[in-house]
Order: sequence, then structure tokens, then C-alpha cells
Amino acid sequence: MSAEATKNITFPKELLDEVARLTAQYPEGKQKSALLRILHMAQAHFGWLDAPVMDYVARLLHLQPIEVYEVATFYSMYDTKKPGLVKLEVCQTGPCSIEGADKIIRYIEKKLNIKVGETTSDGIFTLKGVECLGACGYAPMLQCGHQYHEHLTEAKVDELIEQYRKNPKANYMEY
Amino acid sequence: MRKLLLDKVDVEGIKSYDVYRREGGYRSVEKALKMSPDEILEEVKTSGLRGRGGAGFPTGLKWSFLAKPEGVPRYLLCNADESEPGTFKDRYLMEKIPHLLIEGMIASSFALGANSSYIYIRGEYMFAMKIVENAIAEAYANGWLGKNIQGSGYDLDLTITCGAGAYICGEETALIESLEGNRGNPRIKPPFPAVEGLWQRPSVVNNVETIAAVVPIINDGGEEYAKIGVGRSTGTKLISASGNIVNPGVYEIDMNMTVEEFIYSDKFLGGIKNGKKLKACVPGGSSVPILPHYLVTKTAKGEDRLMSYEGLADGGFATGSMLGSGGFIVYDEDQCIVRNTYNFTRFYQHESCGQCSPCREGTGWMKKVLHNIETGKGTMDDIDLLWDIQKNIEGNTICPLGDAAAWPVAAAIRHFREEFEWHVKNPELSQTQNYGLVAEKTFEVEPA
Repeated sequence: MSAEATKNITFPKELLDEVARLTAQYPEGKQKSALLRILHMAQAHFGWLDAPVMDYVARLLHLQPIEVYEVATFYSMYDTKKPGLVKLEVCQTGPCSIEGADKIIRYIEKKLNIKVGETTSDGIFTLKGVECLGACGYAPMLQCGHQYHEHLTEAKVDELIEQYRKNPKANYMEY
Repeated sequence: MRKLLLDKVDVEGIKSYDVYRREGGYRSVEKALKMSPDEILEEVKTSGLRGRGGAGFPTGLKWSFLAKPEGVPRYLLCNADESEPGTFKDRYLMEKIPHLLIEGMIASSFALGANSSYIYIRGEYMFAMKIVENAIAEAYANGWLGKNIQGSGYDLDLTITCGAGAYICGEETALIESLEGNRGNPRIKPPFPAVEGLWQRPSVVNNVETIAAVVPIINDGGEEYAKIGVGRSTGTKLISASGNIVNPGVYEIDMNMTVEEFIYSDKFLGGIKNGKKLKACVPGGSSVPILPHYLVTKTAKGEDRLMSYEGLADGGFATGSMLGSGGFIVYDEDQCIVRNTYNFTRFYQHESCGQCSPCREGTGWMKKVLHNIETGKGTMDDIDLLWDIQKNIEGNTICPLGDAAAWPVAAAIRHFREEFEWHVKNPELSQTQNYGLVAEKTFEVEPA
């Protein structure tokens, strides 16, 4: 990334205030504890966690870049590769599986003409199979943004895809 | 049965402080602040409360281990990282009645002498985190958190923080690592968190439901709490029910209830969906041994099985299972045990932190072998190989994730070996049909 582009990586004031609030919740010298939440903020704001974004977070928290990289690559919610604007994350574990998660995944694959793990050519949708999201009683389900969509049917998937195509950031929550 | 945790969840507006307080909320804090920490500890010990996250360790005993060196802060950490497949009760509690968790956190923190406490919630539960965060702000605004709580001289700051998608962070030392802003690699114990936990300071880690249960224990007294339930399974338990049942959802039960009643009563699960037959049940989250239909409602001795710690464990791993986290997954006659075991093993392989070789490598091997059997490419030797791998994982890792990965495989082979063999012997048929309930008996006439 060019120096020019790197320069533009900065949180707006309200997010910087939020960083200050979050880090103040921990004792002096323990500000690294806010890292996971700040990475969520960075991902929501910048779209994904590429190296310049992680370097920026490292500077904010006075950490070495490697301390941020190793955390960002450990947790499955962080994208260190660029995803589509809308991530459809279908739970595929145990109870969801026996309630038809696989059929839902196959249906979305066919509908969007992509395989699990891929992004549509227009860059809008990424389909992921994820592990248990704690919605077992309301299966099958998928997560998109910060929203759970439960009791999925093919008709409901159609509606969701329509809704997210119109507004990729529908149902996103502020950090 | 009187519900202790969920009795008010249907009251309109119970998420808000005003309604919660009007319904008698925060009484346990008022009472606790007039007691000594030791008196509260005694009540919790008397109650017989056991950890609701899965291990079932007595909470009072865990609290009593907390080191209290002079001048060193100590912490109460709430484990809201609920990730065990089949479990969604903590989410339900936090979404429906968030102030109950906060009330429990204040009373418990006071008992432990903690002035800073943290709730660690899984990253995917962002919606629940927002609800709890709002409730925390309301509690501050009404003088239940912060300096000099209700004029008692006791100070407490409560912070909620989140993970980012790692099952392992439900293990208490991994949770602590994650709370420190690190990768969630479990620590070697000892030292235990009670001595060196968060930032190397004494810490207690308790599950959401455990902390919520402290509220009725303080309100009614430990002795009253212990009257509910059966034997060493005192109080009520939240059960997350899922799978092929009529009424999935979260239930608060008296552990003196039979499994038969829980599954078949219309007040609870309402029986198996679509008029099908019960094939198997995983009664305590994906890591506990699966039970075949003939061991679900009855023990090996033919007695009624109870929904208690002891009831579900009756017969040990040979013919029993565990209450675990209360993630109750029901399978009907159409489900494939090999496929389900593969599914769970894929989960554990994905969630292994990679520190210990038996878990990192073993879960991957088991996944590959199970995938072969499931797709009709397995051999008879593969079944023995699976048994061998799981044996070599169990007990050989820093944290219990290894055991959690090994147990479902062991139990599936123990109780459903014929179904694995059927897959091997019928590589093509097994791709279009499930073994169903064909059952063990047919194999006596199967030619060798």
C-alpha cells in the first residue's frame, strides 16, 4: 500500500473517543485488553484487517505490529483477507446440521453461483460456513453483520439476499 | 416448580432497570451489602450450587480457593463465551433479563472482595453485548455500580468485553489470556486462576448462569435453594434443547425431573418431531458422550434416568453421559451417527488452539478418517484407528478441549459401532441412505 493510502487510515473522532473509553476500562499498563474490541471496530470501519489497518491499531495501543497480527489471525471473526461487502455466515455445526444447514448452504451456493468461502464476482456477497453460533434451538440460521437470522427457509434466504443487495450495511451495529 | 432465574422473563419491559427493580430486582445486593463476605460464601456453599458452564465444580469451594494477598486486586470474571454446540442458555438469559446477571455480578464481586469485574462475551453475541452494556449503564446511573454502592462504602466497576470467534476462550485460562488481549491459548495449571489469573492476580471465573443463581441463593438463603433438585444436583438448571423435537428452546428445570418427562411432556420438548422415533441424545453439549435411545430415558439398570448431574452420568461413560452445559440435542431415527460424529470432530479440529500435538494433530486425523468412512471410503481398520487416536488425545493435553474432542468419538463407536461398520460394508448404499434405527440386533444375523 502506498504511503498516501496508509495516511488515510485513521479513525474518525467519535471512534477515537470510543478507543479512549475502552482503554480506560483497564488498569494502567493493561490497555492491550481492549485489543479484541478495537479490532472489531477497525474491521467494521475499514472493511477488513489488512496490514496497514493492523499497524494503525498497534500504534493506537502502543503495541508491536506482531502482537496485533498474532491476535487477528487467531480469531475466526477477523478477516485478514478481503471479504465481500456482505458476509453470509451459515452455522453448520451439530444441531444446525441436522435441521438442514447443509441444504441452506447448497441453496445459497446455487443462488449466488459461488462455493463456500468464495465471494461473488460483483464483490457483494461472501458465503462462509461457520461453527456453532449458539442458536441451536432456532436452526438453521446464519449471521450477517451483527444480526442473527434464524429458522431459515429458502424463501427467507431469498428475502435476506434481496435486502442485503439493496443495503449491504443493513443491520450493522455501531461499536 | 418455581422458577428462580426465568420467572420474570415474560414481564413486559424486564430488560429495563425500572421494571426489573419494580419486580424486586437488586434485593440480593441490598441484602448482601449488609452481610459479611464470609456469610455470603457460607450461603453459596450451603446451596450446593455447582458451576453451570459444564464442569459442575462446586461454586462455594471454587470461591473459597481465591487467594487474598494484602493490597493485590482480585477479580470476578464472568464467562459468557457460550460456544459449546447445543448450548444457548446464557445468551437467552442475557438477552431476556440482563439485570439478573449484573445483580449476581455485584453480589458475587462483593463476596469475593473484587472491585473490578469483567464479563467476557463471545464476539458473535454482539446483540447481547449491547443489551448487557445498556443494563450496566443503567445500573451505574442508579447507584448499583461505581463508587460507594448504595452508601455501603463498597466500590465496583463492571466492564463487558468480547471475544472474536474462538470456542477455546470458554476454557477459563484461555478466557483470561483473551481478556488480556492475547491469543486464546490455555495456560498450564497450576498456578490456578484463583492464585494467578487475570494479569497474574487472583481471579474467579464463573459461568453466566452460575452468577445469576447467586441472586436467589442470597434472597432465599442457601438452604432453601438446596431444597430444590435432587441429591448433589441442587437448585434449578437451564437446559438448551435442540434437534428433532417439537419445542426447541431454553427451559429452567428442577433436576429431579426424569428425562422421559423432559423429552415427551408437552410442557417441555413435546416429543420427537414429525412422529418419528428417538434414535439418540447428546444431553450436555457436543463434548459429552452420545446416548443410544435405550439409554436415554432409562439407565443400564433399567431405572428412570433423571435430568441431574448424577442421573445423566449414571453408568459412567460405559452407559451414561454428562449434564455438562445442559445443551440437550435430540436425534430422530433419520439421523446418521457417523455424519454427526464427523460434524462434531470438524468443529473440534477447527477450534483446537494448536498448542498441544495430541489435540492439534489428533483432531485433524479423526476428521479425515471420519470423512472417509462417511463418504464410503473407510475400512474396518479405520474404526479401530479412530478408537486409538481418541484414546491418545484424552488426558494428554493442557486443557480439556482434547477430552471434549475425544469423548464424542469414543461414545459413538462404543454405542454405534455397527453403524460405522455398515458404512464400511455398504460404501454406495451409505451415500443415499441412512442406517436409521436398524439397530444392533440385525447384526447377529449378518454374515461374517
